[in-house]
Amino acid sequence: MLSGAGVIFALVMVLLVLPYRAQNGPKGETRQIRVWIVGLGLAFPMTVLAALLGYGLFVGEQLLPRDLPDVVRVGAEGRQWAWTFTYEDAPGTTTQDVLHIPAGRPVDVAITTADVIHSFWVPRLAGKLDAVPGRANILRIEADAPGVYQGLSAEFSGAGYDRFTFSVTAHDAAGWQAFLRGDER
Amino acid sequence: MKALERHRKLTTIWASEPGFRGWFSTVNHTDLGRMFLTTAFFFFIVGGLLAMLIRAQLATPHSAFAGAEIYNQIFTMHGTIMMFLFAIPTFEGLAIYLLPKILGSRDLAFPRLTAYGYWCYVFGGSMLLVAMVLGIAPEGGWFMYPPLSGPIHSPGINTDFWLIGITFVEISAIAAAVEITVSVLKYRAPGMSLDKMPIFAWYALITALMILTGFPPLILGSVLLELERAFGLPFFQVDLGGDSLLWQHLFWLFGHPEVYIIFLPAAGVISTVLPVMCRTPLLGYGWVVAAAVSLAFLSFGLWVHHMFTTGIPHMGLAFFSAASTLVAVPTGIQIFAWIGTMWKGKPDLRLPMLHILGFFCTFVIGGLTGVMVAVVPFDWQAHDTAFITAHLHYVLFGGFVFPIFAGLYYWLPHFTGRQRFFRLGEFAFALIFVGFHVTFLAMHWVGLLGQRRRIPTYAPEDGWTTINLISSVGSFVLAIGIAMVLLDVILHGLTFYRGPRNPWNAGTLEWAMTTPPPAYNFASLPHVTGREPLHDDPELPARLARGEGYLGTPKHDWRETLTVDIASGRPDMHVIYPGNTRLPIVMSAVTGLFFLSLLLKFYWTVPVAVAGVICLAWRWVWKQGRKDDLEPMSLGRGLKVANAAMSRRSPGWWGTAFLLTANATFFGSLLFGFAFLWTVAPGWPPPAWLAASPFELGAGLAGAVLSSGAMRHTMRTNRKGGKPVLGLILTLAGALAIAFACAALMTRAPAPVEHAYGATLLVLGGYGLFHACLAALMVVFLIARVRGGYTSSGRQAEFSIVTLWVDYAAVIGVLILLVAHASGFSS
Repeated sequence: MLSGAGVIFALVMVLLVLPYRAQNGPKGETRQIRVWIVGLGLAFPMTVLAALLGYGLFVGEQLLPRDLPDVVRVGAEGRQWAWTFTYEDAPGTTTQDVLHIPAGRPVDVAITTADVIHSFWVPRLAGKLDAVPGRANILRIEADAPGVYQGLSAEFSGAGYDRFTFSVTAHDAAGWQAFLRGDER
Repeated sequence: MKALERHRKLTTIWASEPGFRGWFSTVNHTDLGRMFLTTAFFFFIVGGLLAMLIRAQLATPHSAFAGAEIYNQIFTMHGTIMMFLFAIPTFEGLAIYLLPKILGSRDLAFPRLTAYGYWCYVFGGSMLLVAMVLGIAPEGGWFMYPPLSGPIHSPGINTDFWLIGITFVEISAIAAAVEITVSVLKYRAPGMSLDKMPIFAWYALITALMILTGFPPLILGSVLLELERAFGLPFFQVDLGGDSLLWQHLFWLFGHPEVYIIFLPAAGVISTVLPVMCRTPLLGYGWVVAAAVSLAFLSFGLWVHHMFTTGIPHMGLAFFSAASTLVAVPTGIQIFAWIGTMWKGKPDLRLPMLHILGFFCTFVIGGLTGVMVAVVPFDWQAHDTAFITAHLHYVLFGGFVFPIFAGLYYWLPHFTGRQRFFRLGEFAFALIFVGFHVTFLAMHWVGLLGQRRRIPTYAPEDGWTTINLISSVGSFVLAIGIAMVLLDVILHGLTFYRGPRNPWNAGTLEWAMTTPPPAYNFASLPHVTGREPLHDDPELPARLARGEGYLGTPKHDWRETLTVDIASGRPDMHVIYPGNTRLPIVMSAVTGLFFLSLLLKFYWTVPVAVAGVICLAWRWVWKQGRKDDLEPMSLGRGLKVANAAMSRRSPGWWGTAFLLTANATFFGSLLFGFAFLWTVAPGWPPPAWLAASPFELGAGLAGAVLSSGAMRHTMRTNRKGGKPVLGLILTLAGALAIAFACAALMTRAPAPVEHAYGATLLVLGGYGLFHACLAALMVVFLIARVRGGYTSSGRQAEFSIVTLWVDYAAVIGVLILLVAHASGFSS
């Protein structure tokens, strides 16, 4: 996308510089309209945008949560300024500001809020999704490898916004079972 | 009559009071345009200083420059000031100054309304400035999302300053938009049909129409949020049947068109200035107009792209993603039409052209990153990071500030009649251009590294330190550049270096007058036969000064002009403007008292202010008009037309029609809100429904039919020479019946503070009551006018204006009562 944008930008710049250099012979207005407006103004962006839109929708569909057998379900509730995480596989267990997930398995995070609008974002695992009062938004995330991933709230929420971060710990299979049993806490 | 004698006579008629006292009583568009622009640039400086504070804060990690509370106020005010107090008023000021001159007329449609709008802007803007100085400025971000901005999470007065101050300023936007729309459609030189209109007028018309339909949703949102904050009506509280997403819909329903409301006037400046700099007419005039119109329509269809991360279903996102990418097409058409114009002509590198090249470079990058964020998966990552901040500055600075600077330098000789002596501008441009790109290219980068927007500080281990420092240094270079532009303009004003009359050799009519422009613009009005009258006839200025056009002979003390048929440009009415008056400033001060009382919760002064506004408005309309019929006026060149007071479609009628367009959008947004809450908000159904009353419903519907029918009958009776008073009394009775039914609805709305359902019914009823009372008041006014002898079978303009208001009250009354009582019946 960036290189495409760079090419288009360079093209426009060249088109801007050329009239200062070249001596243009007079041409018919109709022909100029056909070249500039119909060709470059209408047809060119339509083609590029249609391709881009199709690509975006395709990728967007891929990212949607789908029903898979091994989906892990967790809950994330934001409040000013802390996240509380709950686990379907370990009822009663809650963690504060650290979300535990198994690596290599899809995880559905049900995002809710106790007060104002927040946004749940773990840049390396998925895009962001808002926590809107009265609603539970489901975000599918998946960590390829065990490790710690930084997460943050990405919707302005008042005075404590800058410190409003959390982390995601992705366990291997054994670590996940240990977490569910409560060994680690 | 000699040219000089004509000049002196016209000047006595049109001049404002001398000295600074003239500022408070002037209704002249040249004065008010200059005042608007000066005030807007003052706010630009204030907003710019706030931006400097932001960059100072972010220059280093763990900065202790400002705490989070102050920082939140700073960035909220930066956005608010730049959007509402700089960008929109700059467009208004430029259009107010330029339109009558470029259209070949003597003033805008409603001179006193221009002044009223200006003072509302000044007073509303001052409220926000005072809040900032006192350290109680709004702090919830310029988008004011509830529940963060609601009564629970923002209990202080800060948010109220935003909601009330901005609504007050918005009055000036609506006033200017009505004014601009009617002026472009009606107040043109004879012969200037729509297809001969200068391209800037097209852009101004489209922008004004967008303001009329784009601002009402925000005004509605602000009213509802303020009602929630002040009186506990829970429109946005999810546990009481409200929904915070309703605010986001209303806000972005305004907020996205707003981007194009800002861009289109700038595009109008480019379409005007660029062809002159290339010494050729604009390529594809019709295409450019069509592109601007389609941009306006499309921009209303993509507000949801600001809400891609709120959890809206992917199908819905696909639609809005498509619309968001589609909007790049009409923009592309305009860009390539401009580049094509450059290829067609011989472009030069004078100062306005430099800023236009700066625009191209910046805006194209902004547009390309815009296409990127329109792609949903990309937006899920980039949303609310500094990448978006960078993108929107490329669009707004590139798409507005560069073109406006181009326009500033292009029309500066017109404002002052001088030319620049010190050539600071070129150097200033270089600083601005370099400073801007350093600042915001760096910001893209740091955004992709994950820096969020609106954070007051960050840690060294985030790894953003160097980039932020580069960005801050760039911003200070940019600031120095802008300060140099300011200095350049001030020096320009101080050096008496007279310039030629038409320094750019432009073809449009604003250069067909002496500069600085005389108060009356044109000694006589031209007859236009092409898009560039000055190129068609280089002798035009001298011929107009000699009085060879229309209305070249000053009569009585009348400020005269004429209006034309919208499409063909054939003269159809003769207009006499009101003269200098302090009424606008007094009325906007009393309007300000109303808003201030609400802000400070001095509710006992609210009725005082309302009564004051009613009295002043009464006086405002009463002062116009005559007790005798004017004969058809001779305009010169053998043309005679009737006075506007004798017309059924007077300028006042057109103004009312467009004001009601904005009003209907407001009402439509309210109905949308009701439907949205009902179907989407989680906390429904409400605990209790309205007990529907066939009696109230019947009374209201009968009142609507009676008022509307009686008013029409009265208008016919009057035209035939009959007595209209009886019919007016029947109309009044009908309006009062609507008022009764709406008041009853308000009192019986079930527990408005406990559920959004009751709260919405209360607001619907209040809206109906207000309009029914307003219609009743106008009918009473008309009765007084009839008895005072101000109307006749010929002087019927006021009848058709009141008819519009009566019909509007009847239509919305019927809709409100049907919707409210149907919700009661259905449950």
